[in-house]
Amino acid sequence: MSYIDKITTVHLDILKEIGNIGAGHAATSLSTILGRKVNMNVPRVRILSFNEMIELAGGPETVVASVFLRIEGDVQGNMFFLLPLEQAARFSEQMTGTEVFSFDHLPYSELALSALSELGNILSGSYLSSLSDFTKLSFYPSVPALCIDMVGATISAGLIELSQVSDFVIVVETEIGEDVESSTFINGHFFFLLDPDAYEVVFTSLGVPLHG
Amino acid sequence: MVEVSNIVKVGIADMNIVQSPALIRTSGLGSCVGVVVYDQSKEIAGMAHVMLPDSTLSKMGQINQAKYADTAIKELVERIVRDGASIRKLKAKIAGGSQMFQFSSGTDLMRIGPRNVAAVKKELMALRIPIVAEDVGGNSGRTIEFNPKTSLLNIRTVNKGTKEV
Repeated sequence: MSYIDKITTVHLDILKEIGNIGAGHAATSLSTILGRKVNMNVPRVRILSFNEMIELAGGPETVVASVFLRIEGDVQGNMFFLLPLEQAARFSEQMTGTEVFSFDHLPYSELALSALSELGNILSGSYLSSLSDFTKLSFYPSVPALCIDMVGATISAGLIELSQVSDFVIVVETEIGEDVESSTFINGHFFFLLDPDAYEVVFTSLGVPLHG
Repeated sequence: MVEVSNIVKVGIADMNIVQSPALIRTSGLGSCVGVVVYDQSKEIAGMAHVMLPDSTLSKMGQINQAKYADTAIKELVERIVRDGASIRKLKAKIAGGSQMFQFSSGTDLMRIGPRNVAAVKKELMALRIPIVAEDVGGNSGRTIEFNPKTSLLNIRTVNKGTKEV
């Protein structure tokens, strides 16, 4: 029986809370970096096929900036922070406070790339450290890897591990973003994908082990 | 009348067969490999989007054949022959197998792209299907589209434009 079949609605609610805590802390960090108000949405937790997951992240051919961290420690998994290119450029401009950046064509500015990696690092770090406090488990993120390319190509890198045991993925998705002038809510997406074995560890630590 | 050509889409860990004038396409190949097997005389082509090199890596009971290089290519060839292609006339074109993220220390799974490419080549060789064109490796995502009428494979990347092989 696949681990996914043992997941109940209680477990999904816990994952939603995990997304809530993690992204809440990340939004606070982003707000501190930018010196302005940052919003977040209510997290969504879904069990999706790989194709649905890629559609959720924007569609296979959409070009995004993605920061990918591999999580090791008591729990293993993958973390993605995805930004639309326009927003990635805005964030790197605001962080460095110097030039006008664009990710529309090569060569990309080294400074902008470095700022983006660091942004992904800080935000994912605050996401994971809050989870670590909540679950009393260790989450050690790898050095962030940045890639500007099609969603299908980048997200699939995070699906390889679990594709060996399943055709489905449990996606914890949260969006954070800023209110720009009037209304546009431009989003950064977090995708938190645990490895199959990690769910048992997390749920047991929180007192609701998987049965079956 | 303008003839609107129909494009059949292949998702990740998926496969399909088309007959001209339809085209077949798969989007956002990273470490995955897109395999096209075709019979030019019959203007028929099959495409698979494989994720993993080897079905024996699987820890599942029942497997999705299109996910693994070994099972996907066998199944693709079986289907295209059933749909009228001649096995001796089959040729292949392949693309994908990139490494999207550069990690200094990585598990084997992080270097899955080159392993996928090797597994696809091995399987095609075992079935005696020649690879007439390939665009593999590197660190860019690819979208590929094959036209069974012309036997051309169109490959699009984000920063290196479009080419046909």
